[in-house]
Amino acid sequence: MKISMFHLMPYRDLPADFEQRYNSVWVDPPYWELADSNKVGQYYNWTLDELIHAANNGIDGICVNEHHQNAYGFMPNPDLMGSILARATNGTDVAIVQMGSTLPTSNPPIRVAEEYSMIDCISGGRMVAGMPLGTSQDVNLCYGISPIEQRERYYEAHDLIIKAWTAKEIFPWNGKYFKLPMVNIWPRPIQKPHPPIWIPGSGSLSTWDFSARNDHCYCFLSYWGNNFGKRVMDGWWDFVAKGNHDPNPYRAGFLQLVAVSETDASAEKDYYQHIRYFYDKCLHIQPEYFPVAGNQDYKSLVNSVTKLNPQMFDLMGKIPTWKYKDFIDNQFVIAGSPKTVTQQLMEAVKKLRVGNLMVLLHIGSMPHELTMKNVELFCKEVLPNFRDVWDGEWENKWWPEKLRGARGTNAIANGGNGKSGGKSRPAHA
Amino acid sequence: MATEKSISVWGDRVHPKVKISGTGSPVVYLHGGYGPTDTELVEELAKHHTVYAPEHPGLSAGDEDAIKALDDFWDLVLYYYDLFDKLGLKSPAVVGHSFGAMVAAEVAATDPTRVSKLVLINALGLWRDAYPVANYVITAQTKLPELLFRDPHHPALKRIVLNPEDQQGFIRITWSLGCTSKFYWPIPDKGLKKRLHRITAPTLILWGKEDKVVAPIYAEDFRKAIHDAKVEMIASGAHMMTLEDPGKVAAAVTKFLK
Repeated sequence: MKISMFHLMPYRDLPADFEQRYNSVWVDPPYWELADSNKVGQYYNWTLDELIHAANNGIDGICVNEHHQNAYGFMPNPDLMGSILARATNGTDVAIVQMGSTLPTSNPPIRVAEEYSMIDCISGGRMVAGMPLGTSQDVNLCYGISPIEQRERYYEAHDLIIKAWTAKEIFPWNGKYFKLPMVNIWPRPIQKPHPPIWIPGSGSLSTWDFSARNDHCYCFLSYWGNNFGKRVMDGWWDFVAKGNHDPNPYRAGFLQLVAVSETDASAEKDYYQHIRYFYDKCLHIQPEYFPVAGNQDYKSLVNSVTKLNPQMFDLMGKIPTWKYKDFIDNQFVIAGSPKTVTQQLMEAVKKLRVGNLMVLLHIGSMPHELTMKNVELFCKEVLPNFRDVWDGEWENKWWPEKLRGARGTNAIANGGNGKSGGKSRPAHA
Repeated sequence: MATEKSISVWGDRVHPKVKISGTGSPVVYLHGGYGPTDTELVEELAKHHTVYAPEHPGLSAGDEDAIKALDDFWDLVLYYYDLFDKLGLKSPAVVGHSFGAMVAAEVAATDPTRVSKLVLINALGLWRDAYPVANYVITAQTKLPELLFRDPHHPALKRIVLNPEDQQGFIRITWSLGCTSKFYWPIPDKGLKKRLHRITAPTLILWGKEDKVVAPIYAEDFRKAIHDAKVEMIASGAHMMTLEDPGKVAAAVTKFLK
């Protein structure tokens, strides 16, 4: 099993009454009222430090993502972060998981192909290529792409990127959304035919279909934990079976919020205020923004309105009344002592059948020192218990080939990758 | 007597329902972003004209995927000429509201011979930085009534505001907004100002004095740009005055079309 640390890079210091005074954490929170760029600089550096700390302590991969105009996470170009992380971890065998450049807004999409190639080259062939559809907020509002066109643009961008990585000819691209006269990108990735591709989704059938058809890893990214997540993942596995694909657990990725402390009691003391911050402030979004009308195709719209929304609104209505125990009982967050976390996470991973797990170890307003503690406790006390899960039964085809052994055992970490050219050196803490 | 006709347009790729009512000279009515909600206005107009009220592509039940057949305003304008041909209309009067008025103006500008008279009601299509057009697609439901209506408790708001308990309405409104805004997203300025000079049809620019979506100043912008145009303001008319004041709007339109 492979576990990666996910980081959103939020603004850690929104005012206490943020959700009362402001309309939304995403799209329209006014930067000039809420944010201090000096603090922001500190946050970016802490984020990098926290991810590198996890890498130094044995995590299999480190993950960043892309959002815009969003106080709960703002790495508008995740590849800037990914390239720093690639350099900082040179000579080690940690994966750089880009989750990732939003396809429909990257114009032209070969920019993503080029940037991902750069990261793969700099890292010596250690990147995972996430290909997000992008949220309605980011794509339709922040970047002005027509809601109804978003998915088609995404499919076209995906096809163009893969062709740019693999074609043995210089080709014109006469697409509906993108037209290029002579595609011949420099560089291309080290990994052949290309880095493994992960598709983040939030439960739509068309994303399942797309992921299965293209043999990509489907990653369910939600902040609602594994109880809710099971319903979606069951659907994914049904879909996989119907399409006659093998039930390889590495075909599935999942994001879980995790907070580790010395004891269950101290976990509440350490983390509850930050969990509260996350669910009250970070997820305070104007409903008309997600998704914008037209973003869902007609079938999905009908399904949402008649089946999914009633459940979702019901749940969302309860969250403001929740106490710490409710977040834990509903498995929105797995928190507690290393033993508790190990037990609950193991159950979750088996019940969802996830081979490529991502853990969100920085939550909301968590300060730097507390995050480093969470990272260390997780990596040292929880992570080792997961080494052998799924091992021997299945191959992780959706992980860089050079990194498929356990951390520390891969040749690239022992100076065994002559091609990278990077000096073997310890990553900076 | 109103009839509903389903026709095949655009190389058999779009099948809009067209409501046809009344007798008299032909008037095509193009609805706005919320879909064919202006039933009372159409009824009033049908007292003096044969009114053809087509549903925007993708809005007709069972034909939702038809929205994929049209990519931009160029396609949409030519689609309307196809639609006019299918209905046997050479040069009807065209009345449009809001997004429908933006379409009507483009149809009248591209081939001026296809529109004999033009009425633009609270029209989208132009842009002034100092008077940005409100994006009703993403306006909070709690703010929509005051944005769109004079009376924030008007019963017709049921056709506009999303209500999770009216699931069919929720779906219909969301889909209408998605299919219409496709053609101008994110800002309803697709270059119409370069083409308005081509309109030859005598034009009535009908504007609500209390329109909070597209400010009344735009009425004058349209008038200046169109060769044979006049403005009529409806005092206390809000953006959705087609729903709120159908009698007043119909009276102004039918007087102009005489």
